[in-house]
Amino acid sequence: METLEKLKEILSECKGEDLDITPETTFDELDFDSLDKVDIVMQIEEAYDISLGDNMQLSTVGELVAKIDEAVANK
Amino acid sequence: MAENRVALITGAGRGIGAKIALTLASENIDIAVVDYGEESAAAETMSALAAAGVKAKYYRCDVSDFTATKAVVDAVVKEFGKIDILVNNAGITADNLILRMEEADWDRVLNINLKGCFNMIKHVTPYMMRKRYGRIVSISSVVGLMGNAGQANYAASKAGIVGLTKTVAKEFGARNITANAVAPGFIKTAMTDALTEEQKKEMYKLIPLGCLGETDDIANAVKFLTSDAARYITGVVLKVDGGMYI
Repeated sequence: METLEKLKEILSECKGEDLDITPETTFDELDFDSLDKVDIVMQIEEAYDISLGDNMQLSTVGELVAKIDEAVANK
Repeated sequence: MAENRVALITGAGRGIGAKIALTLASENIDIAVVDYGEESAAAETMSALAAAGVKAKYYRCDVSDFTATKAVVDAVVKEFGKIDILVNNAGITADNLILRMEEADWDRVLNINLKGCFNMIKHVTPYMMRKRYGRIVSISSVVGLMGNAGQANYAASKAGIVGLTKTVAKEFGARNITANAVAPGFIKTAMTDALTEEQKKEMYKLIPLGCLGETDDIANAVKFLTSDAARYITGVVLKVDGGMYI
């Protein structure tokens, strides 16, 4: 849950508005472009001191949360 | 009253960079002066900026150092709250004919003049992206467009700035970040003052306008490219050379 809150903060800052997101929210709905996606990955990597790689094929916010939690656990 | 914009200018301790800093300060732009020299060498510039009534702070940094430039950019954002304008002005020369040019001189000039621009752009753009605003101006040179015997390293670095600028313009245009280059020709400096009258006459023959440029001419070009008047201009190389390269 904590990761979802942090992610909500990062995604909202990137979008420039408060986003209402749940684990089921899809990235298609959020409509980020390629620059946004790079920026989001960079912010997550900095916030958690992890590396997510360049080719993330994720469809929902919940999948990204799981990916972050997994990377943090493997640190 | 509108909030001041903030400019980070490299090589702003003295010379053309200092003139750019003072010119932008006259537009009520706060200035982060980044320079490699001791702060004392920039004392005149810093007091002139203070007299202009803007916020100004000195940061000592080698622009070719990737980690150090990140630290400086983060420190400037912490202090000033944002960076609206980046002026990549820091540069050096180490001239020699290719046959005599040392590898170290090639590396040093490319690292400071070209990699230095990359470092600053790399670290500043994430902040500009989130603000949906940025003005980046890098100082190239007509030598980068026409080549110059004895300056392979310098000319290559200044030509590299053109390619870098055009790429930045394409990558970040969607975020309202413009990137342009200014290419000075012969500008009146301590170095050109040392030339003999005869040498100067030979030089003037190459310049249709028949005189050297002033540091003001460069600073005014930067002022224009960072102003609202230039909001629809990105990816250009503005030659300020009296017509030397046409």
